[in-house]
Amino acid sequence: MRLQQAIGRTSFWVFGGGLAIMFLIPLIWTAVASVSPHGATAQQEGYGFANYRTLTEYDAGLPTYLWNSAYVSILTVIFTLGLSLLGGYAFARFRFPGRDLLFLLIIAILMVPYATLLVPLWVLMGEIGLRNSLFGLALVLTLYQLPFSMFMMRISFEAVPREIEESALVDGCGTFGVLRRVLVFAVWPGMITVGLFAFLHAWNDFIAPLFMINDSSRYPLSLAIATLRQQTMGAVDFGATQAGVVIMALPCLILFVLLQRHYVRGFMSGALKG
Amino acid sequence: MASPVLQEHDALPAHQTTSSRVWWRTRTFQGAMYAAPAALFVLLFFVLPLLLVGQMSASEWPLLQGGQGINLPDNYAGIADDRLFWPAVGFTLKYTVIVVVVLLVLSMAMALLVQGRRRGIGLLRTAYFLPVSLGLASASLLFWGFYSPQIGPIDPVLQWLGLTDEPIRWIGTPNMALFSSIVLVVWKFAGFFMLILMVGLQSIPNEVYEAAKVDGASKVQSFFRITLPLLRPSIALCLIISVTGSLLAFDQFFILTNGGPDNSTTTVVMMIYREAFRRFDLGSAAALSVVVLLVLLLINIAQFRYLRRGADD
Repeated sequence: MRLQQAIGRTSFWVFGGGLAIMFLIPLIWTAVASVSPHGATAQQEGYGFANYRTLTEYDAGLPTYLWNSAYVSILTVIFTLGLSLLGGYAFARFRFPGRDLLFLLIIAILMVPYATLLVPLWVLMGEIGLRNSLFGLALVLTLYQLPFSMFMMRISFEAVPREIEESALVDGCGTFGVLRRVLVFAVWPGMITVGLFAFLHAWNDFIAPLFMINDSSRYPLSLAIATLRQQTMGAVDFGATQAGVVIMALPCLILFVLLQRHYVRGFMSGALKG
Repeated sequence: MASPVLQEHDALPAHQTTSSRVWWRTRTFQGAMYAAPAALFVLLFFVLPLLLVGQMSASEWPLLQGGQGINLPDNYAGIADDRLFWPAVGFTLKYTVIVVVVLLVLSMAMALLVQGRRRGIGLLRTAYFLPVSLGLASASLLFWGFYSPQIGPIDPVLQWLGLTDEPIRWIGTPNMALFSSIVLVVWKFAGFFMLILMVGLQSIPNEVYEAAKVDGASKVQSFFRITLPLLRPSIALCLIISVTGSLLAFDQFFILTNGGPDNSTTTVVMMIYREAFRRFDLGSAAALSVVVLLVLLLINIAQFRYLRRGADD
């Protein structure tokens, strides 16, 4: 029996560990490849950061693209948090005409393909002067975060015991005062999850900037790296591309490690919804 | 909705209003005000575009000139005539079926593997889940280099082992391009579905398995008779997410294969992009968008119905 257990445990770790290594190999490879010497890259001999230097000088320059991505991501986080904090409060604690219809409409955004909305949004944003603008792009990205974040904030508010706000209401706080002084602290974890997902989505998204932005100096990182690879006719720079992948992936991996708990909560709420 | 305690409050701020009726009206008003930004946003950036895409799909709408009036049903008729359309539909469906099956089977196996409480099992979960945190575009760029004969690591390893003597064309032929894209997508998403299934598995009470064991059920039997049926909601969620995601595949093919070779890996959503920004025909792109929306709605309704009917059994 003991032998059987030992065999079971060993095969578990051989199989599970082998699979884990297969999942890790591409990640490790890109980090190594971005600094190792290759004929087709800027890093000709020995290990070093020549690929990253290529990237800093490419077209508008890495700092510009980093800034564009950071700007769009932060704006998206602000928009998403603002709308879903107020909206979640309204859905969880108030009754007003059209409440259920509005919630249904927000959830319905999930049912509509991204591309279906990007075509008319391209026209619409042109009409209001927000096409080819990072501000407009952040609005588009916010739209797709709305179903998840509204759902998340609604259940966060609903999970707060009403007694907490009642004492504040008795003390003469208005409903906004209650939100600002009391409830915000109670729904804080939900806000972190919503903000995290909004940031990652905006940072990583590719198709929305591809449709909405045509000025290469306004490209976010994902689009810049993808075009760096396509546009350099003849000489495709594989090294710089992998350096770009590392730069795009780093914030995501760091946030994952730091905020693992909030990360998993987001997925759980989705799993429980089903 | 309102708790009894809160109803007591209806009358509380008597200094503001004289009757509780008016107080309710102001509370209603306040709720509407908190929801107003979201309502306005949804109206402006969701409802309006939906109406607009309908109008555009029925109009001649060149990219730069804008709307030139109704031309119904030219845009819709043009879709079926496009020689790339049916191959794109066929490819998208083929890709969806393969990806969904591979993803669900693999992530189920992974979930079963890591559901228990062993020491160090968190490391395995983290390793499987790590690619999920990357963006799909980043992952596609990563694999684009990974598969490339220039810097890719696979060919050197295979050659060193003496298994091949010339580079494998990972994205050079239609079948290899499909295979390579599926590897990329499975790598990127398996951890996500594993997590959903793992939560489902952990919510099945242990007593059920013990009872089955007492009745003499084998491990295989209890998996098919107990685990799978009880896991139905989680599997349904995975199914809907993976089917929708695969039918709308874009990033991975746009970046990794660019629809090639010979347009063999062009998906339906790539057709929308191509109509809009390569052929400068927004009307036709809009018509295609509407078709995709309707088909997706039908598929989702069918999935919901089928899954719900199964749940009632």
